[in-house]
Amino acid sequence: MIKAADTPVKATVDGNEAVAKVAYQFSEVVAIYPITPSSPMAELADEWASKGQENLWGSVPTVYEMQSEGGAAGALHGALSAGALSTTFTASQGLLLMIPNMYKIAGELTPFVMHVSARALATHALSIFGDHSDVMACRQTGFAMLASGSVQEAHDMAGIAHGATLPTRIPFLHFFDGFRTSHEVNTIEVLDQAVLDKLVDPEALTAFRKSGMTPDAPNVRGTAQNPDTFFQAREAANHFYDRCGDKVQEAMDILGEATGRQYHLFDYVGDPEAEEVVVVMGSGAETVVETAKYLNTQGRKVGVIIVRLYRPFYTERFIEALPKTVKRIAVLDRTKEAGSLGEPLYLDVVGAIDSACSQNPDTFAVRPQIIGGRYGLGSKEFNPGMAKAVFDELQADTPKPRFTVGILDDVSGLSLAYEHELDIEADDVFRALFFGLGSDGTVGANKNTIKIIGTETEYQAQAYFVYDSKKSGGMTISHLRFGPDTVHAPYLVQNAKFVGCHQFSFLDKFPVLDAAAKGAVLLLNSPYEGEDTWNHLSEETLGVIREKELKCYIIDAYKVARAAGMGGRINTIMQTCFFAISGILDKDEAIAKIKDTIQKTYGKKGEAIVQKNFAAVDQALSGLHELPLPGAAVKGVELIPLIPEHAPEFVREVIAPMLEQRGDGLPVSAMPLDGRWPSDTAKWEKRNIAQEIPIWDPSCCTQCMKCVTVCPHATIRGKFFDPEELEKAPEDFQSVDFKDRNLKGKKFTIQVAPEDCTGCSLCVQVCPAKNRKEPKFKAINMKPHKDFKDVEAENWDFFLNLPNPDKKDLDMKIKSVQFRQPYFEFNGACQGCGETPYVKLLTQLFGDRLLIANATGCSSIYGGNLPTTPYTCDSNGRGPAWSNSLFEDNAEFGLGIRLGVEKRKEIAESIITRHADALDKELIEEIIAAPQVTDEDIELQRERVERLKSLVTQIPDARDAERLGSLIDHLVEKSVWIMGGDGWAYDIGFGGLDHVLASGKNINVLVLDTEVYSNTGGQQSKSTPIGAVAKFAAGGKAIGKKDLGLIASEYGHVYVAKVSMGYRDSQVVQAMVEAASYPGPSLVIAYSHCIAHGYSLTHGIDQQKLAVNSGYWPIYRFDPRNVEEGKPAFHLDSPKPRASVSEYMANEGRFKMLHLSNPERAKQLAKMAQRMVDERYVHYKALSTPPTNGETPAS
Amino acid sequence: MDLSSPYLGFNLKNPFVAGASPLADNLDSVRRLEDAGAAAIVMRSLFVEQIIHQQTGYSAYVESVEESYAEATTYFPEVEDFALGPDQYLAHIQKVKQAVDVPVIASINGSETGDWFQYARMMEEAGADALELNLYFLGADPEISGSAMEDRLIKVVAGIRDRTRIPVAVKLSPYYSSLAHFARSLDALRVNGLVLFNRFYQPDIDIENLEVTPTLKLSSSEELLLRLRWIAILYGKVDADLALSGGVHGAMDAVKGTMAGASCIQVVSALLREGPDTLKRYITELQHWLEEFEYESLEEMRGNMSHMRSGDAEAIERTNYMKIIQSWKTS
Repeated sequence: MIKAADTPVKATVDGNEAVAKVAYQFSEVVAIYPITPSSPMAELADEWASKGQENLWGSVPTVYEMQSEGGAAGALHGALSAGALSTTFTASQGLLLMIPNMYKIAGELTPFVMHVSARALATHALSIFGDHSDVMACRQTGFAMLASGSVQEAHDMAGIAHGATLPTRIPFLHFFDGFRTSHEVNTIEVLDQAVLDKLVDPEALTAFRKSGMTPDAPNVRGTAQNPDTFFQAREAANHFYDRCGDKVQEAMDILGEATGRQYHLFDYVGDPEAEEVVVVMGSGAETVVETAKYLNTQGRKVGVIIVRLYRPFYTERFIEALPKTVKRIAVLDRTKEAGSLGEPLYLDVVGAIDSACSQNPDTFAVRPQIIGGRYGLGSKEFNPGMAKAVFDELQADTPKPRFTVGILDDVSGLSLAYEHELDIEADDVFRALFFGLGSDGTVGANKNTIKIIGTETEYQAQAYFVYDSKKSGGMTISHLRFGPDTVHAPYLVQNAKFVGCHQFSFLDKFPVLDAAAKGAVLLLNSPYEGEDTWNHLSEETLGVIREKELKCYIIDAYKVARAAGMGGRINTIMQTCFFAISGILDKDEAIAKIKDTIQKTYGKKGEAIVQKNFAAVDQALSGLHELPLPGAAVKGVELIPLIPEHAPEFVREVIAPMLEQRGDGLPVSAMPLDGRWPSDTAKWEKRNIAQEIPIWDPSCCTQCMKCVTVCPHATIRGKFFDPEELEKAPEDFQSVDFKDRNLKGKKFTIQVAPEDCTGCSLCVQVCPAKNRKEPKFKAINMKPHKDFKDVEAENWDFFLNLPNPDKKDLDMKIKSVQFRQPYFEFNGACQGCGETPYVKLLTQLFGDRLLIANATGCSSIYGGNLPTTPYTCDSNGRGPAWSNSLFEDNAEFGLGIRLGVEKRKEIAESIITRHADALDKELIEEIIAAPQVTDEDIELQRERVERLKSLVTQIPDARDAERLGSLIDHLVEKSVWIMGGDGWAYDIGFGGLDHVLASGKNINVLVLDTEVYSNTGGQQSKSTPIGAVAKFAAGGKAIGKKDLGLIASEYGHVYVAKVSMGYRDSQVVQAMVEAASYPGPSLVIAYSHCIAHGYSLTHGIDQQKLAVNSGYWPIYRFDPRNVEEGKPAFHLDSPKPRASVSEYMANEGRFKMLHLSNPERAKQLAKMAQRMVDERYVHYKALSTPPTNGETPAS
Repeated sequence: MDLSSPYLGFNLKNPFVAGASPLADNLDSVRRLEDAGAAAIVMRSLFVEQIIHQQTGYSAYVESVEESYAEATTYFPEVEDFALGPDQYLAHIQKVKQAVDVPVIASINGSETGDWFQYARMMEEAGADALELNLYFLGADPEISGSAMEDRLIKVVAGIRDRTRIPVAVKLSPYYSSLAHFARSLDALRVNGLVLFNRFYQPDIDIENLEVTPTLKLSSSEELLLRLRWIAILYGKVDADLALSGGVHGAMDAVKGTMAGASCIQVVSALLREGPDTLKRYITELQHWLEEFEYESLEEMRGNMSHMRSGDAEAIERTNYMKIIQSWKTS
């Protein structure tokens, strides 16, 4: 008998870590590909392997990152075939890509476990959040499916899955809810090695190892079978599935005996004579169980079946678990199968009950009525109020056979009404909410707080973090619970006893106090002295504070942080105040533990940081003050509506509540039917996140427009205009004479959008004009946002109404291009993003005829993550049409768009040709023959098409006339661009990209190359350079990046350009224009600095210059058209390297980290990097050398 | 011929010491320095500000972007042996110690009090035979008086001295209102040596781009005179050994330095320019000169041209000054 240690080892970890801890122990090969929310499991495995941590059998698992989940599945199939115990971690689309191999792995009866943080599948929209639609798409693969509902369960079930797969020979898909479980931090009891050992069946392990492919005992697998035998062979393995459940139960029993946590294939909780039962799996089960217990105390005869082993589905076990008294059953599915009879679990339950009752009519006292409903899609909240609504529905006279819960469905009428604030939690659970900014460290501090409480006290801790939809600068909400018992509450905190508002402006902007309990503590980071704080809050907020009788404390945390040298990091200050006020721990003890945590966290990262944090802790309490409630005499400030009244209805009615964090309350009727969202909505979201904004000093401005060019968010713009336009200008609006020789007499201005600027200061950094009297000042300088916001907001409004220049007046020089309207503004990218200036430029060049196929990644998030959309329209209603299909298929998706666009144009041309006589023959000939390359060409064609529109009614065939009506605008050429990051172009989408480039079609590709998977958190791609530290390359990447441009150019017919906005913006324009004009495939690869490079992006432009000057990022253009002119296709735009690669590398954290952790290797890799650069330069130089003696030009 | 020199408690086999420079970064060049005759090797300075900058930079650029977005709560792998402190420097001390037999003098550059004082003990534990503390500062703050600045620096020296048992030399700049007094104050703290002087890397001005550009110029022989004068002044006034650093470009410079009172002649620029073997030539030339002038040891001449042995320092200084002024007038 195995007994756990007397005192089980506790750990406060999230679900991903809880699972990875076990999976790692059981595995020898880990093949992965990053995908949210599973990536941390793979990252942890890689981290442990890089430290040499051994598995159960004393070997260090090989962790290998593949080019896609499909690739990972293939590699796993191979590793398993070779006899290596293997695992992987994935979710959502990634899981779908593994399905083909899952059939193979299962069909070959291969022991294997994959761990899935279950996530929504992209349908009408992408969602990174949790539901079961991905795992439900695998239930037919032959994998066993084991569900977990909590962090502890995920840890335990991981062990059970690994234990059961060997004797059953059935591969397991172990799943738990993405984010809700994968990212929830909870205190668990860690399975010790003795338990894990016992879970392994040694004979089955030996059998598996012996089954590995080897020429020493050869056999043949993967044969092709014919009609004579295939069917029989498929049926031959049935008994493995028949006995799987027993083996799983055995593993559950082993674990139960050792730990006291006894699981069954189906667990029943509730009244033994329940009449109403809910069937559910995943984290929702915890909520339903707690709700059922609560209802039991009120005398309700209800219960819950928790489904653990979903596949194979054992009807007998399921029926055994159900009370015989059950009369009504509600089955909850966290997925949607549109058009189906019902969702999968519901259908399984219906089938099971029918089967049991058909065989034995006395199975139940009465044959139960079964209803089914959907809940929690895309991490929609599922709380006790909603669970109770399901039980209540079972009591209704006529329960809805199909329902939803957690939303208001005012269209189909399926949704159940629920009590929003049903509180069933025990009084001894301390609940706290913290509202912070991503950059202020609030989440990190809270993670430390729960680790302190979870591991160093008798309390159990739980935490869950909700992030903003923006890449940075957004709000974070931390939901924390502490209690004497394990916290089973996988839903957001309600009735909080403590609310920490770490940003003063949040209090009026968001419903921060909605979840505060009466008499709760409010800790507010206030820049105001004492009771003056009240004078800066709205009457609405003050009213809530009074009504809820909140106990209020304030601290000027930023002031304390500045004094302690912590900049904007207020985390330890607020954390210290929390401990001081909450009384969870003795104050001195808490401070000692905070300091201990600081020492552990930062000890190796530097004493300076440790000391600053210590100083912040020490100074925090002296700045903490309790405030009496605001008196009746205090009159709050007037609240300015988040969205102005003149905004479009959709913005006011739908987007505004989402911006106010009240999107959960929107009904189904408010939603677009097919996911389409209006363009041009980012302008309504005034984020006001910058502490400082750039202010123009016209006196020394050279009017170079560099500031406009580099702005990642299109928040700084320039215009020239007639002086008369200034008549109604605001008093402080600045302008000077325009310096353009051809436009004498015009005025010029540079204007910032103060409420949209993120304060990255790239514009200031790039400004070449210095104030001669005080060179520390430039023609644009950062100034406090609060001092300039109001004035500049008025100026901005005026500026927007100044006329945009006619494109015909503008040449294609970079400066002129910057006067064009950007069709991409106020995106949610990180401060100083290196990608977005390229996207903006693309829209300035082709925005009114642009179609974009966008690969999933950063650009799809800042391009299409709701609530607002940054792609805009012009006064004609034209603008980029943008869509994201998937990550892996973007090139193909874009090609499809091209094919579709061409086809529509072709049909339109055929109709007008057919009816040329009835229309205007000359006009038709002109339309068909017209060149459509330049803006002027396009404008002329538009004019022709407008003339044609007036003639359409003359077409004698009414059907043709109607068809032409919907196609006619396609007679104007469209610019189709495929856009994405290096993870897409170099890795997962490379095959498709290659095919599209080979197609010869007139398609354009823009690769925003950050040399790392930025969106999922810095995993290496094949673009990651040698010597860089990235996830899965913790020891520094040992090989160089793929030369994607050179590979593409080898086709000979592909236009290729490598560009750097920071080095030569004019070359970027040149490349984009050439790419668009090239009548075949074009590939533009753009250097994009990124926060994953580990330095201040204020210096991004300088670093781009150094990248080119060192030869690290040579810029060139390969234009096949040159060959026809006898010139080399390859034109190197870079100078001969005039700096060393080491100089470039020394400035970035991604390279410096290796110098700090392994200097010898760093030097070696830097040396190799230099060699590669030198060799490449010689090669490129040769390619760009004109032919001599009649040789054929290089192509 | 006895070239030995007592410095920081070591009996150096000759007065030539490889001063703080990048030459000590590479074990091959460290070995070459020893082979060329370097009596001790001073390692390149560990800049306290640089460490603090790295640490705060890590926090500012790596951590500040974490935990902002659900898909990417971090951007870099957690590397356990990732060290932003002096670990690499300490590891290098160990390597240099293993590579050579001559004394290895660690060097640290800092002028603010702080927790970095503990680095002194860490350097000692890593095997450094002595420590050279470079008090590099620029008195640019008009709110801080000379005496306040000196008080602060004295605290720095005291802090370092208290934390290590190995000999400590302090490298000074010439810019003190009363250098002799300050040197004596340091002497009272039981420092074992004074290194005269460190060199300020003075910025240039880019007149087109209106930028200040850092410049790094190797020393020239002209810089020697200032050092000679101050060593001559301090010799005998302080117990600490005196080291000459800056402007040494030949064996005769070493003779002058020794006569002024130096126990140690640090060479850097000449080594960077001409390579470690330069030292071999210096030593040979020094031997030849001593033979020619019939000195049996350096000790015979050490300090013979110091002010202590030539009368009242201030008076001599004044006289020399007047002589020079007059010579300019008459020329």
